[in-house]
Amino acid sequence: MFEDLSSRLEGVFKSLRGRGVLTEDNVREALREIRRALLEADVHYKVAKDFVKRVEERAVGQEVLKGIHPGQQVVKVVHDEMVQLLGGTVAEPNITGSPPVPVMVVGLQGSGKTTTCAKLANWLKKKGRRPYLVPADPYRPAARDQLIKLAQANGHAVYEGPEEDPVEICRRGMQEAVRAAADVVLLDTAGRLHVDDELMEELRQVRATVKPHEILLVVDGMIGQDSVNVAEQFREKLGFDGVVLTKMDGDARGGAALSIRHVTGVPIKFLGVGESADALEPFHPDRMASRILNMGDVLTLVERAQESVEEGEAEELQKKLRKNEFTLEDFRTQLRRLKKMGPLSQIMGMLPGVPKDALQEVEKDGGKSLTRVEAIISSMTPAERTKPSILDGSRRRRIARGSGTSVQEVNQLLKQFGDMRKMMKQMGRMKKGKGKGRGRFARFPGM
Amino acid sequence: MIGKIGRGFTRLRDGLRKTRNQLGDGVRSIVKGRSSFDEGMWEEIEELLLRSDTGAAVAEEIVDELRLASGRWGKPDAEQVFSQLRESIATRLGGEPVPLQLDGGEGPAVVLVIGVNGAGKTTSIGKLAARLSGEGKRVLVVAGDTYRMAAMEQLAVWADRADVPIVKGKEGADAAAVVWDGLEAGVRRGSDVILVDTAGRLHTKSGLMDELVKVRRVIEKRLPGAPHEVLLVLDGTTGQNAIQQARVFGESLGVTGLVLAKLDGTAKGGVVMAIRRELDVPVKLIGVGEKLEDLQDFDPAAFAEALAPSDATPSEAQE
Repeated sequence: MFEDLSSRLEGVFKSLRGRGVLTEDNVREALREIRRALLEADVHYKVAKDFVKRVEERAVGQEVLKGIHPGQQVVKVVHDEMVQLLGGTVAEPNITGSPPVPVMVVGLQGSGKTTTCAKLANWLKKKGRRPYLVPADPYRPAARDQLIKLAQANGHAVYEGPEEDPVEICRRGMQEAVRAAADVVLLDTAGRLHVDDELMEELRQVRATVKPHEILLVVDGMIGQDSVNVAEQFREKLGFDGVVLTKMDGDARGGAALSIRHVTGVPIKFLGVGESADALEPFHPDRMASRILNMGDVLTLVERAQESVEEGEAEELQKKLRKNEFTLEDFRTQLRRLKKMGPLSQIMGMLPGVPKDALQEVEKDGGKSLTRVEAIISSMTPAERTKPSILDGSRRRRIARGSGTSVQEVNQLLKQFGDMRKMMKQMGRMKKGKGKGRGRFARFPGM
Repeated sequence: MIGKIGRGFTRLRDGLRKTRNQLGDGVRSIVKGRSSFDEGMWEEIEELLLRSDTGAAVAEEIVDELRLASGRWGKPDAEQVFSQLRESIATRLGGEPVPLQLDGGEGPAVVLVIGVNGAGKTTSIGKLAARLSGEGKRVLVVAGDTYRMAAMEQLAVWADRADVPIVKGKEGADAAAVVWDGLEAGVRRGSDVILVDTAGRLHTKSGLMDELVKVRRVIEKRLPGAPHEVLLVLDGTTGQNAIQQARVFGESLGVTGLVLAKLDGTAKGGVVMAIRRELDVPVKLIGVGEKLEDLQDFDPAAFAEALAPSDATPSEAQE
């Protein structure tokens, strides 16, 4: 349903190759594609309009469009503009000052405030802070229970005072936080419509009472054109210092990020990326730009890979690959590492240009085939893993039984492994000739 | 038509006030003062549609229809443009309303309610339970969300408000097992309708989707012919991702109807057209406010009327 913007633009510019002359129509068509991509990503229509205008100014009449790959060039301009719009650098919340530092978490119903509070507490704890949670939503049934249970499950201190007026809950919560020797207090407020004046007034009173150092607006990453109204209303009636974009582990493109940042100038600070209490990531504008344009997120991928590979190991592995000493043992280590990086479909989704149906295939498989491969290797003796050539029929039967697979599957794996080694050998040779560098990634913006 | 709309319509109209003002007043102010149809005008009308989350495709199509019709008009007239716009919208929303199928035959009718996190499933069930119970039906709610902290307590509060019984399991229990128990209880009690809540999940998580498929299978097994409705709850403020949600949930679970929650106070409503364009699944209920009675049957004609009223001052004309 949503094609890669690069390939769409390539299509628009394809006919130009060899001619090198752009007509106004070509440009208009390209800009239209860009606008459409933005709208499909739920970027606010006005923001999309301004944005296209800026891209037009930069791209048209420049050498850009006379190059060999005008499509790619335009995509780069789009990407750069977008990164700039999204804020350029990573912004952290302001949680300095004399403890306990109050942080207010606000937003619409169902945007994910309570979950975000628990995630923020985990994030703070990892940074060596002592968070304290205050459930200040007496309206939604069981909202208080939810936060208290989440806090207990994750080992955070939480205010368990009576359900009363939110202003009073927050005031007492702050006092209790002092007693609990906490240094950051997260106030989980009730969800509300931005047009509900009464509830907005209540938030203002909470603000006046606790004087928060930071107000975070939680926004559903799947929100549509209303994102701008929501952000504008909250800014006007309350004011906020940062945005948390939630549910970004799905396939929403997150155009709201661009819209909110553009209209309010307030930075996006975090992304919610999963159901676990650790699934909160600092916001990276460049990666978001790639996501909105459906260009993959190679940077996050590289980072995750780095996280799961211990230092020195990578070098060791490279050496082995070059010398063609890569064994089944190493293969299993890599498999386990890949699993640690997250669901395979999510990893593949970060690669540019991976088609949706391929992703769905992998999603369906759910890593089951990887688990089988791992089981097969684990059923081998260390000697077999380093020297697969000793694997005769009887050994293969034993391995199939031990791993709960079939001899055919064992054979298939060994054949694939053999092919892989052959390929690596060839790649090793190529690499020596060409030298190292980041050349491979040069075509991805931001690399 | 005016006869059957009453208080419900007033609430619907109030809930959609923002979208309506945007469309109605917007078109009038765009067209007014123009002596010819120019590109700028079409562009502005397209933007007006985009603002209500129709998506690019629907907006472009509607503008094309307006453009085509404008050939007959001579010069711009706000009422002509507006009435064509209404027609385009009404066509896209679909014809007759599709009511909930709540006839369970011998046994209870089972309604499985699904959706992404925070869409409004539990609240919608609470409101639906109150409504059906008010109509004299014996309703049972099943707290099938065993995952989210305090989700069952939340539903219990709603069950209490609606004064209907609830079947709960333990937190972290197997959802399918809780649902099985719920159906058992419903059959034993002679319930007319069983409303099954489920944990919210993003449609991209295959493991969680499988779990939901299992819940469905359990329902099918215990009561052949059930579930009679599989309702997908969509957050009304969701943008183009709503189509993807409807598609994926539909493929895995056979969605029979959509519930559009939280339509009040926002500039939304256009997404209904986008979904209709892509998928053949009817909207059955819409939530237009926080009160118990604000969950209404979706009537395409009334919705179109509320979005783009035929009269400039509909309140006097209709009441």
